[in-house]
Amino acid sequence: MLLTVMLGFVVAMAAPWLVKLSGRYSGWLLALYPFSLVVYFAQWIPVIGQGHSQLTTYQWFPGLDISLSLYLDGLSLLFALLISIIGTFVLIYAGSYLKGHKDLGRFYLIIIAFMASMLGLVLADNVITLFVFWELTSITSYFLIGFQHEQASARKAALQGLFVTVGGGLCLLAGFVLLAIMGGSYSIQGILSSGVSLPEHGLYGAALVLVLLGAFTKSAQFPFHFWLPNAMAAPTPVSAFLHSATMVKAGVYLLARLNPGMASDLWSTILTSVGALTVITAVVMALSHRDMKKILAYSTVMALGTLVMLLGIGTELALTAFVVFLLAHSLYKGALFMLAGAVDHAVGTKDLSELSGLRKAMPVTALLMLLAAMSLAGIPPLFGFIAKELLFESLLQASVWGYGLLLLFVFSAILLVAVAAALALKPFYGQYLATPKTPHEPPVAELLGPVVLIVMALLLSLFALPAQQWLLSSSMLAVAGYVPEVKLALWHGVNMPLMLSAVSLVLGIMLWTQWHRVQPWLSRVIAQLSRFGPERGYFKMMDGITWSASWQTRFLQNGVLGLYMVVLILSTFLLAGYTFVRSYGLHFPLDVQDSYVYEWVVAFLLIVSALFASTTRYRLAAVAAMGVLGFAVALTFIHFSAPDLGITQLLVETLTVILLVLVLFKLPEFVQLSSPWERARDIVVALFGGVVMLFILVAAIDIQYFDSISSYYIDNSELLGYGRNIVNVILVDFRVLDTLGEIFVLALAALGVLSMIKLRAEDRVK
Amino acid sequence: MMNSNTVILRTAAMYLMPLQLLFSIFLLLRGHDEPGGGFIGGLVAAGAFVLFAFSYGSDALRSLIRLDPRDLLGAGLLFGLASAIPSLLRGEPLLTAQWWTIALPGDAELKLSSPLIFDIGVYLAVVGTILTFVIQLMEAEHE
Repeated sequence: MLLTVMLGFVVAMAAPWLVKLSGRYSGWLLALYPFSLVVYFAQWIPVIGQGHSQLTTYQWFPGLDISLSLYLDGLSLLFALLISIIGTFVLIYAGSYLKGHKDLGRFYLIIIAFMASMLGLVLADNVITLFVFWELTSITSYFLIGFQHEQASARKAALQGLFVTVGGGLCLLAGFVLLAIMGGSYSIQGILSSGVSLPEHGLYGAALVLVLLGAFTKSAQFPFHFWLPNAMAAPTPVSAFLHSATMVKAGVYLLARLNPGMASDLWSTILTSVGALTVITAVVMALSHRDMKKILAYSTVMALGTLVMLLGIGTELALTAFVVFLLAHSLYKGALFMLAGAVDHAVGTKDLSELSGLRKAMPVTALLMLLAAMSLAGIPPLFGFIAKELLFESLLQASVWGYGLLLLFVFSAILLVAVAAALALKPFYGQYLATPKTPHEPPVAELLGPVVLIVMALLLSLFALPAQQWLLSSSMLAVAGYVPEVKLALWHGVNMPLMLSAVSLVLGIMLWTQWHRVQPWLSRVIAQLSRFGPERGYFKMMDGITWSASWQTRFLQNGVLGLYMVVLILSTFLLAGYTFVRSYGLHFPLDVQDSYVYEWVVAFLLIVSALFASTTRYRLAAVAAMGVLGFAVALTFIHFSAPDLGITQLLVETLTVILLVLVLFKLPEFVQLSSPWERARDIVVALFGGVVMLFILVAAIDIQYFDSISSYYIDNSELLGYGRNIVNVILVDFRVLDTLGEIFVLALAALGVLSMIKLRAEDRVK
Repeated sequence: MMNSNTVILRTAAMYLMPLQLLFSIFLLLRGHDEPGGGFIGGLVAAGAFVLFAFSYGSDALRSLIRLDPRDLLGAGLLFGLASAIPSLLRGEPLLTAQWWTIALPGDAELKLSSPLIFDIGVYLAVVGTILTFVIQLMEAEHE
């Protein structure tokens, strides 16, 4: 199972070459990866549908209880199937939509990596693994949104999405750690089945808030909803993928996954109110826009709000509605995004006010759009209808705020019908308006996805009960903790939900006839209101961060190197000295009885060269003196039988002298710039640092709080590491992770120096 | 200025550099049992290249190694990461050392290991870093 995820990253890396090789068929070729996933996961349906689950564990960092464990049950299987099915068609679609784009290879690289990360996210059982994939989706989606990086707006939107989701991701990490402490395990299944009642734990409140912040930012809940519509700067296949099955549903997925263990009164209050607030904000915003993709983005936000709210209500009916609505939304929203993109591509605009009467030129598109929009509006016989009926029914029976929510939802359903009508009818019926490009039917690759998704929505609603038995009830089991007894059916008879549907349909159509008046008015109102909106707050905060960064740079990093040293030495040695005196006291048990003459000689050499380096008037002499100092230290190492350290010290000293000489040639003449007061201060600080260090060193020989770890290394280096050189075995085997980190630091330092020199050179050219 | 024209240095560098490079590889390979290792080996190799650059100039060094030092650095990091793969494939904790012994004709045998791959990565990263510093500084000089 790990292979399915890892294969994705391999395919992603190979994608640029495959695109070059396969030319115009690259979309079809690369779609083989998600398609093979569809086949693979479909094989699991019979097993998982019975209520079984599958846990696969690979070792990662067992010492830290972090493993690459993957867990497949109804919920993750449903998500995995959605990701791979929609992914297949999105890749085919992208091949046509971005045909001939110079960066097509890069696009496939990122979107396939995104797909694999998303798959990892829904399959992960270990919270740290989940977090890693969570952040990977944030980063890859950053590149996807900013794909058209020549446009400033795309860059800005990408950065905004990144900041909001990664900021939430950090909260989530803290929340996960708290969860792990509470449940005594880093495995989600371990936490859920630990027997600890999470809501009664003292840390529950903090963990709840942190996890919810992570989920709400990712799933664009109010007040973090603004990043998602801005993310429409991305190419359409991305929008279709990000917004139908994936990234934004990650937060909803997480909430559903944690629902069995985390549900409480507080949970339900927060989720219900935030969800409801998101729904009403989004649906009003959707009606106020003319850009098809923006409208779809806001209707996605609305759907996410609905899902969060259903989890909050948490009754048997609500959780059933959750799973059904999740599936329905993924299908129709994927189709709608691809169709909107196809229209934009074929006609050259996606502004609804410029689109009209395209039915004759694009009959197939018109029909597909109508069907998908019917599912959006919840009209039979599409799967969206079943979802909406269930939604109304669960609201009718909800104990939390009962009728208030129901009224709100009937209201938003009316608006949603108007939005759906605007999408499906406005571009295709009425008088034909001239468009930037001559309208024509989109190619097969762009219509295949919508066709399959709509057919699935139709089949699912006609065969709702078998679908429930195969897969949906096992998903509900994962969300609810029990198998709900609600039976799905297209026709429920004439009852209250049906009446509500009918009412909202009629009122919605009436609203749509007034769309050309309502939309501009709403747009103006919202422009006024958004001056106080959360996006405003985001910009204020970003400005604040920039301001405080430049303030602290001016204050702390003012370019005077001497001052940096003073701050560093004082803070280090004041803290260290304070701790030292408190825990050890002021003893100085230095014993120089059994020292040899040549040890004194080396010590003398050290002192003299240090004194000379700090008093000489010539730079080169100072550098040379520093070199002597370094060699004397190397002698000490060799004397105390640490040849590796000695050699390293010698080599580093040699290279340092060379580098210093190179730098010194660029510096102006040596002149005295500091005042006597400053020099006195520096001497005092330096002496203070040296004295504290001396005390600490002497004490280190004297005391031993615990057994030295070196005996372990000496005993085991040859036994476990097959090497006699202990230093090397530590570096490349026992502590190899540290060394890996260090060479990355080394690389960063090199890049830092590189950019510093290059930037200076460019400045001079200007 | 750094492009020294002393015949002695040039001649010495010509003969010393290959020896230093050989020695650095020797240090790298024997590092697991005797003093040495990727870090020290990398420093020695970097020293060899720096000596060459001092006597013949940074352009000559660039055309000698052909690669951009930054690529060496990247290759080093990749080697470091790649040494984690064998343990993953075996289902053991990440970066667990893996050893392969290949019998050679006669009495000898060849010990290969994932720590060796890692050490080669350290070697390349060190060489890449120092050469990036030195070449950039020397070229900044010309401007």
